[in-house]
Amino acid sequence: MVDLAVNFAGIKAPNPFWLASAPPTDKAYNVERAFRAGWGGAVWKTLGEDPPIVNTASRYGAVSYKGLRVAGFNNIELITDRPFAVNLREIKEMKRDWPDRAVVVSLMVPCEEESWKAILRQVEDTNADGIELNFGCPHGMSERGMGAAVGQVPEYIEMVTRWCKVHSRMPVIVKLTPNVTSILPPARAAVRGGADAVSLINTINSIVAIDLDQMAPEPVVDGKGTHGGYCGPAVKPIALHMVAEIARDPECRGIPVSGIGGIESWRDAAEFIALGAGTVQVCTAAMHYGFKILDDMRDGLERWMEGKRYERIGDFRARAVKNVTDWQYLNLNYKIVAAIDQDLCIKCGLCHIACEDTAHQAVAALRDEGKRRYEIVEAECVGCNLCMHVCPVEGCITMKRVDHGVPAMDWTQHPNNPMRRQAAE
Amino acid sequence: MTKATAEERIEESHAVTPDIATGRLDSDSYRANFGDLHAPLDRQEALVEANRCYFCYDAPCIEACPTGIDIPGFIKKIATGNEEGAGIRILEANIFGGACARVCPTEILCERACVRTAQEGDPIAIGALQRYATDPIIARGKHPFARAPRTGKRIAIVGGGPAGLSCAHRLAMFGHDVMVFEARDRLGGLNEYGVAEYKVAGHFARAEADFVLGIGGIGAQTGRALGRDFTLSMLSRDYDAVFLGMGLAGVRALDCAGENLAGVANAVDYIAVLRAADDFAALPVGRRVVVIGGGNTAIDIAVQSKRLGAEDVTMVYRRGPDAMSATGHEQEFAQVNGVKLKHWAKPVRLLGGDGHVRAAEFEYSRMEAGRLVGTGETFTLPADMVFKAIGQVFVADPMDTDCRRALEMRDGRIVVDDEGRTSIANIWAGGDCVAGGQDLTVEAVQHGKRAALSIDRALKNPV
Repeated sequence: MVDLAVNFAGIKAPNPFWLASAPPTDKAYNVERAFRAGWGGAVWKTLGEDPPIVNTASRYGAVSYKGLRVAGFNNIELITDRPFAVNLREIKEMKRDWPDRAVVVSLMVPCEEESWKAILRQVEDTNADGIELNFGCPHGMSERGMGAAVGQVPEYIEMVTRWCKVHSRMPVIVKLTPNVTSILPPARAAVRGGADAVSLINTINSIVAIDLDQMAPEPVVDGKGTHGGYCGPAVKPIALHMVAEIARDPECRGIPVSGIGGIESWRDAAEFIALGAGTVQVCTAAMHYGFKILDDMRDGLERWMEGKRYERIGDFRARAVKNVTDWQYLNLNYKIVAAIDQDLCIKCGLCHIACEDTAHQAVAALRDEGKRRYEIVEAECVGCNLCMHVCPVEGCITMKRVDHGVPAMDWTQHPNNPMRRQAAE
Repeated sequence: MTKATAEERIEESHAVTPDIATGRLDSDSYRANFGDLHAPLDRQEALVEANRCYFCYDAPCIEACPTGIDIPGFIKKIATGNEEGAGIRILEANIFGGACARVCPTEILCERACVRTAQEGDPIAIGALQRYATDPIIARGKHPFARAPRTGKRIAIVGGGPAGLSCAHRLAMFGHDVMVFEARDRLGGLNEYGVAEYKVAGHFARAEADFVLGIGGIGAQTGRALGRDFTLSMLSRDYDAVFLGMGLAGVRALDCAGENLAGVANAVDYIAVLRAADDFAALPVGRRVVVIGGGNTAIDIAVQSKRLGAEDVTMVYRRGPDAMSATGHEQEFAQVNGVKLKHWAKPVRLLGGDGHVRAAEFEYSRMEAGRLVGTGETFTLPADMVFKAIGQVFVADPMDTDCRRALEMRDGRIVVDDEGRTSIANIWAGGDCVAGGQDLTVEAVQHGKRAALSIDRALKNPV
C-alpha cells in the first residue's frame, strides 16, 4: 500500500506535489482550485512590502520547439502586485479551510533586518506552515537590490536566513537562484544560516527570442523587451544537476530539498526525488494545462512505486545520489558499442551521417543489391551513443557491453594522467 | 404471390446456375481477410499518437462518448508511461472498453468531436489508443476492480450482451449478487455473435466476457430463454430487481415472393456462423451475392462475403446514401472492399429454379410527398446467395401477457426514462431493446451502467 504523505522540514502534506510560488498561487481563488484538484501544498506568490509592484503587459515568452508548444517558458512578471493585507487575509483563509495541506509563504523584502522582522511577524499570524525566501528573481527585483541580487551573494543569503530563524518560529526554506557559477556556495550559506530546507531552481536568465520585425526581445512591451526567467521542460536538466550537487555535498548533506524545474509528469518528479528531493514544486506545467495535471502525477507515481515495492517517498528518496560521481571516477574500461536491429531499421540514414560528419565514422552506409543498409563498424565505435539518440525508431539502436573481464580503471589511475594516484604495492 | 409464380421461368439472360462453394481462397488470404482490421499500435506508435493530444479542458471527446470515458486523462497516462493507469481509467467508465475500442464508430463520436478534427481534419486515434491501453489488462486476467461488501440483494439480468453484462458488473461492484440469463450458448451478445469477424477477431469477445465476470458475484445461465424457460413474473418474484437487455432477437422479413428459397438467409444468422467458424475455408459463399439493406449488418455481411471470395457482391438499399444507417465511413469501407452499393431500389421478388434462388428483382424508388414510392422501372440482379439485412426488431412475445400489457413501448421497443427505468416498477432495461437509441455497443454499455446506478440507489433507498 503506497502512501504519498510527506513531512518536509516539519511541514506535513498529503503528497509531495506542491505548486511553486508563481501566478498559479497568486490568490485564494487559484490556491483553492489547486487544493480542490488535490495538490499537496502551495507556496504563495511572493509577498513584498506595500506599495505593491506593478506588472507589464505582455509578461510571457515561450520557446515552441518544432511545433511543440511551450518546450520552455519565460516570464518577466514580478512578485505579487496585490496589497499585502489582502494576501495575508487570504493565506489565513486558505490555511483554515485546508488544514492538511502545506501553505508556505514566499517573501522578498529589502536586505534590512527590520524589514524582515516586520514581515515575519505578520506572516506568522496567518498560521502558514513555513516561509520561503525568494533570493532568485532575476529581473525587476534584482535591480532594486532584492531577489537574485541577494541569491548570488552567499554572505547575504546566510545573513538574511539567520535573521529569519531569529525572528520567526516557522520553518525557513531558502529558494536558490541558478544564475551562479556554482550552486554550492549559496546552498552552504543557507545551511550555515540555519535554513530548514532549500528549494531550487528558481528561473534562469534568458531571452527566448528576438522579434525580427520589431527588433526587440520577446515578450515585446511597447517596442522594447528585457531578459526574463526561463523555466519549463527545457530547464529540468539544469535543475537536476544542481539538486544532485547539493545532495552530494558533505556540508549540505541532509538538508531537505524541494525540487523545482520543468516537472510535468510523475517520472520527472520521481527523478528529482531519486536525487534527494523531499517535495517537488510545479509551475509551468500547471500554467500550460491547468491543475488537472496532478491526476496522472499522483496516479502514475503511486503505480510506479507499487511496482517497485516502495511504500513511501522516503523509500526511494536519494537512491540515485550514490551513483552520481565525478567524471574522473568513471570506469574508463567500460566499453559499449552500438548495435542496429536491421528488422526495425527504416533506412533514414541519420545514424550514419551523424557519425560520419561529427563523430567516429563507425556507421557504414552500404547498398545491398541496391537496397540501403546501415551497419556498425565495431572497431571504430567508441560507444558515444550519438547514433542511438538521433535514431527515430525506439529500440532500433541499442548499446551492448563488450569489456568482459577487464578490471575497472578510472582517470585517477590512468597512465595518461600525469597526476595519477600511484597504485598501492 | 404464390410459390409457383416465384419459380416461373425467367429470361435466359438472367439465368444463373447457383454457384455456392467453399475454399475459394488460399489460407493466407483468409487469415488476412478475417484477422484484425486494424493492427494494434506498438509502443512507439502509441507514444507518438498520445503526444498529439492537447489534453484539453472540458474536452469535447468526453462529451461525445456515450460512456463518458476520460479520454484526455487516459491518453495522458499513455504518454507518461503510466499504461496500467490508462487502461483502468477507461474501464472505470466502460467495462467493455476493449470491444468498444474495436467497434465504436469513433468517426461520428469522439474522433469527430476531437479539437484536432476542427483544427486540421486529423483527430487523435482515440480508438486505437484505447485498445492499446485495455488489451494488456484484459489479457492479464487479474480483474482490476473490487467488490464492495455484499449487500445481500439479488438482481436478475435478461440477456448476456454488453448492456446486461455492463449492468451486472457495476451491480457486482456495488456488492450485489447478479444472475444473468442468456438464451444462446455463450455470453457476449452481438460482440460474440453479430459483429464482423475482422472487427472483433480471435475470440476476443469471449476473453472479454470472462474478464467482466472476473469481478465475482455474477452467475450466468446460458441456454435459458425468456418465455420458454422462465417468465418475467418469476424473476420479479425471486429477485430484488430485473434488468432487461435482450437486444433485438427478431429479423425483419422481406415479405416478398421467393423469401423461402434456398440460398436466401438472414444476414445475422450467417454472421453468427462466420464468427463461430474455426476454418473460414469451410464456409460456403455464393459467386454472386446480393445483400438487401442499408445498415452496419448489411455492410458486415457484404464485406465478409467478398472476403470469403465472392466474385460480385451488391448491396441494394431502398433510399439514398444519406438515409442509410451505416455511416459514411462504413459505406466507403464496403466500396473499398469491392462491394457495389446500389441506392434507391426496393425488392420486388426473389426468383429461383429448382428451389434455389437465382436472381433478385428490384424496382427503382423515389420520394414523393414524403413517401417512398416505386417508379415502375425494374431491374434484375443475378444471385446465388441473398442476404436479408433490413433491420432487427425487438421480440416482445416471450414476455408474459401481464408484463406486455404494463410495459410502455414505442416504435416496437421498450420505453425507459433517463435512468433506464421501464413503466413497470423494479424492471429496468437498456441496449438495443429500448426505444430511441442508436443501436451502438457503447450505448448499451452506458445503459447497463446507468441502470445499475439507479437499481443500486433504489435498493438502498426503498420507497
